[in-house]
Amino acid sequence: MALGDRWSNPFCNFIVDRDQDRCIQCQVCVNQCPYEANFYRALDDTVVSDHALCTGCHRCKALCPTSCITIRLNPSEFRPHAVWTERDIKNAYLQAETGSIILTGIGCDRDYPIYFDHILLDACQVTNPSIDPLREPMELRTYLGRKPEAVEFEFRDGKPRLKTQLYPQLTLEVPVMFSAMSYGAVNLNFCEGLSRVATEAGTYWNTGEGGLHPDLYQYGKHTIVQVASGRFGVNKDYLDVAAAIEIKIGQGAKPGIGGHLPGEKVTAEVSRTRMIPVGSDALSPAPQHDIYSIEDLRLLIYALKEATEYTKPVSVKIAAVHNSAAIASGIVRAGADIVAIDGLRGATGAAPAMIRDHVGIPIELALASVDQRLRDEGIRHQASIVAAGGFRNSADVVKAIALGADAVYIGTAAMVAVGCTLCQKCYTGKCPWGITTNEPSLAKRLNPDIAAERLYNLLRGWALEIKDFMGAMGINAIESLRGNRERLRGLHLTDRELNILGIKHAGE
Amino acid sequence: MKRVYPREEVCMGCKLCEVACIVEHSLSKDIIKAYKEERPRTLSRARVEEEGPVSFSIMCRHCIDPECLEACITGALYRVNGDGPVLVDPRRCVGCWMCVMACPYGSIELDSRNGRRVISKCDLCPDRRMPACVDACPNRALFYEER
Amino acid sequence: MRYLIIGNSAAAIGAVESIRPRDREGEITILSKEPYYAYSRPLITEYIADVFRDEDLTYRGPDFYRENRIQVHLGIKARAVNPKNRVVLTEDGTEHPYDRLLIATGGTPIVPPIKGLDKEGVFTCTTWDDSKAIKALLPRVKRAVVVGGGLIGVKAAEGLYEAGVHVTIVELLPHIMGRILDAEGAYIFEAYLKGKGLGIITGETVVEALGNGRVEGVRLASGDTLPCDFLIIAVGVRPNVEEVVEGSGIRVNQGILVDRHMRTSVPDVYAAGDVAEGDEMLVREKRVIALWPVAYRQGKIAGLNMAGEDREYEGGFPQNTVSVLGLTTITIGFTEPPEPNGYKVLMRRGPGENDYKKLIFKGDVLEGAILVNSIDRAGILTGLIRARTEIGSNKERLLDTRLGLTALPRAWRKEKLTQPV
Repeated sequence: MALGDRWSNPFCNFIVDRDQDRCIQCQVCVNQCPYEANFYRALDDTVVSDHALCTGCHRCKALCPTSCITIRLNPSEFRPHAVWTERDIKNAYLQAETGSIILTGIGCDRDYPIYFDHILLDACQVTNPSIDPLREPMELRTYLGRKPEAVEFEFRDGKPRLKTQLYPQLTLEVPVMFSAMSYGAVNLNFCEGLSRVATEAGTYWNTGEGGLHPDLYQYGKHTIVQVASGRFGVNKDYLDVAAAIEIKIGQGAKPGIGGHLPGEKVTAEVSRTRMIPVGSDALSPAPQHDIYSIEDLRLLIYALKEATEYTKPVSVKIAAVHNSAAIASGIVRAGADIVAIDGLRGATGAAPAMIRDHVGIPIELALASVDQRLRDEGIRHQASIVAAGGFRNSADVVKAIALGADAVYIGTAAMVAVGCTLCQKCYTGKCPWGITTNEPSLAKRLNPDIAAERLYNLLRGWALEIKDFMGAMGINAIESLRGNRERLRGLHLTDRELNILGIKHAGE
Repeated sequence: MKRVYPREEVCMGCKLCEVACIVEHSLSKDIIKAYKEERPRTLSRARVEEEGPVSFSIMCRHCIDPECLEACITGALYRVNGDGPVLVDPRRCVGCWMCVMACPYGSIELDSRNGRRVISKCDLCPDRRMPACVDACPNRALFYEER
Repeated sequence: MRYLIIGNSAAAIGAVESIRPRDREGEITILSKEPYYAYSRPLITEYIADVFRDEDLTYRGPDFYRENRIQVHLGIKARAVNPKNRVVLTEDGTEHPYDRLLIATGGTPIVPPIKGLDKEGVFTCTTWDDSKAIKALLPRVKRAVVVGGGLIGVKAAEGLYEAGVHVTIVELLPHIMGRILDAEGAYIFEAYLKGKGLGIITGETVVEALGNGRVEGVRLASGDTLPCDFLIIAVGVRPNVEEVVEGSGIRVNQGILVDRHMRTSVPDVYAAGDVAEGDEMLVREKRVIALWPVAYRQGKIAGLNMAGEDREYEGGFPQNTVSVLGLTTITIGFTEPPEPNGYKVLMRRGPGENDYKKLIFKGDVLEGAILVNSIDRAGILTGLIRARTEIGSNKERLLDTRLGLTALPRAWRKEKLTQPV
């Protein structure tokens, strides 16, 4: 036994608690655990578990036909220490063993304040009527893209006609889109689910930097394609088939950090889609090496617009960082039609844990400041704002829209809808739920038909709830809610936080 | 007629179909009792085949022209109403294994544990609206339908 | 339409079961020489030792004949077919008219030229009556000699052994079960059966039954003698053609020659089962294949055509499932390559002591298989042989102890598992 094993294993995070009176040795848990935490012991015809290998994904528990498994946090605790938490101690052990950066998946799990949970929504009482969304039409349709300075009409043959030339727009029937998740990081089954639902529900999904698999070109009208620092999969057809193009500068889970898809995940299909050799590491540089300034960004934005003959909006996605507001202003001035901002809680398939947990700012603060800055500069209409990073439910969406977003991106929520339990092991490529894995035996756990149904249901549920919120506020079009911070109130927030969010405290 | 069709693209080899089959064909129809008390335990008539990423559940195809029926020397195998499910009458089966030799899908289970030799095979769960394996599949890798 | 069937075993039943659903009105008549409803002929040897009883042997009971409205004449032997008048004459002098006739008279035991076979205690073993007669004598029997180590001989020996009789098999060929197994497989069986206490003498033959009125022993070709009070002649069966065919003009080689529709050379007369000589799929010649599933299939095809459908027989091939004293073998198609060139043979012994598997390929197509002891899912191989499936590079995989459909090309599964088959 290696020293490392001795140090790490006794301090495992989870206990696989098996009720042997109910265990029937069917071994479903054995065949479902990609980490081999459960195994069959022929000696005494028993299924047992190696707790140290458990990642807490709950796959075994979910499929156990007798419900004999309970996954518990390991109750054995270190001696309490106010400074050195269990996480710090275990990280130090791990790095003492490996000498490496600690990798993780999903979004920041530290308990930084979630401002959405300190913001409350308004409702109508007596003096203005609320609206019953079951009886009256509620408009969730949202257009993303640059809006004209003013709309001019002319009369021809006695009829009014629009004189202003409109810019290309994305049309959303629900103001929720699927975040950039690259094929490679997630598998084709999940991409298929996303793209089918985006098409069916009238919204958009985003390829991330993984390129667009030929099988998914049919969903191009509801696809936002990314042009990222590695330029993977970018070609004329890719740009032409898409509804919009997004230049990726950064992502909330790892601002300022590039990407690394290990060569073993570059299967034949991934290779074809990303246009790189099979088995080669797909390295996305930290910056876009042709963009060192707003002027450079403008060149790329217009290069893409030229390439697609100004038929589709171009988005620029950045991570929410300290000076997002100023950057966003520059992005809009550089000609972007959409600014996407990804907050601290945004997720990823793989990121250094330290970066994930300590770099960037929460989306609520970034969103409020960007919206305010663009308004102050009189250019808010020149671009739509899409907020991303940690949207868990319809209330988060409504609050974000009231803070100034046109729409939101969801990534983690979509994965949770198809089974993800946030075990944070996406980077291992062995996702037990078949989402962030390209191992064929695991990827097939995600049935695209089921994924599509569940994702559609999630969107439908949220859309119904958003209408409920709007009805309660007496609003019948989501447009009327955008940037309507008067309908928000803060709770347990400092004056400074309220100021940045641009909202009053509850009771004011 | 309705038959069970596997879809190997999404079969994840969990084998819950086998568990469901065993429970459905047990005496108690109780999963704990079926596994822990009933001896010998019923055999599953569904069989998950696995090799690398390929996996699928296979059981009697209830063939249009069943080879097993032709090979059966006792008449234990029969077809309900001429074109219904192919069933076995275990009282008439003598375990000659002729059907095992005949079935091109390998979907006949041999059982010589009870002191006598007898086969078991998929009966499409006559007591249920939907065969147990199809109901139990968590990933829709089994379909019960008319094709 | 008047359907007349001579014979009442697998081929006859196969015919009835394909005629009746297609012709609800026609008259179906069965003439059976044996006085029983259709029974499981392969089980008669196990009937000797009471492993199986009367009810176990029932293949199709009286209900079957009633439900299918079959006029069945049991214990009535057919004597001659008169195609000109379209009648079959039976022993009792009755003429049975027909519009379509199926001859399914089965096989008749071969009796080799052995002196003294007229003695009491000498039997063949191909009918239920044979095994009943053997059984009746059992209390007085201690030692038996079975002449012939083929399928029937070995099964008869097993029946006697299980009834507590000391049995010795005398086989002319170097190995027992030589027609259904290769030397290796036969060796496994010989060792196994000898281990159980069965006597086996190979490369030897009985030339004379000794005794005075009752059989008391046999003399072998070598001059040695073996004491016994019971002698079973089981050197094989041949098509039972002479019973009805003589003088009818129906063409006969080894058996009654039939075409792919199971038609004989005479219009409206069909033949099927052990009496027929039809297409063999692997050697691509006419052959008599005296096996149950083949008989049923041939009867079924004959019936379909008799009822007016146009259905061709795809040809049969050897398929045997034999269990002797707990050891089972399934052999399908060739057991040895029929010629030295162009065949590939794969073999595996183990992991179990008696486990043996052998596959014979011609190019990419499986043409023969032997499985001893581990026989699970053997039918997959039968299916491959029948369909002449191109195996490609997966040949070795068919040798796996866990034979499965994953070893077959994905296209095969796509075709077979996603639609009714």
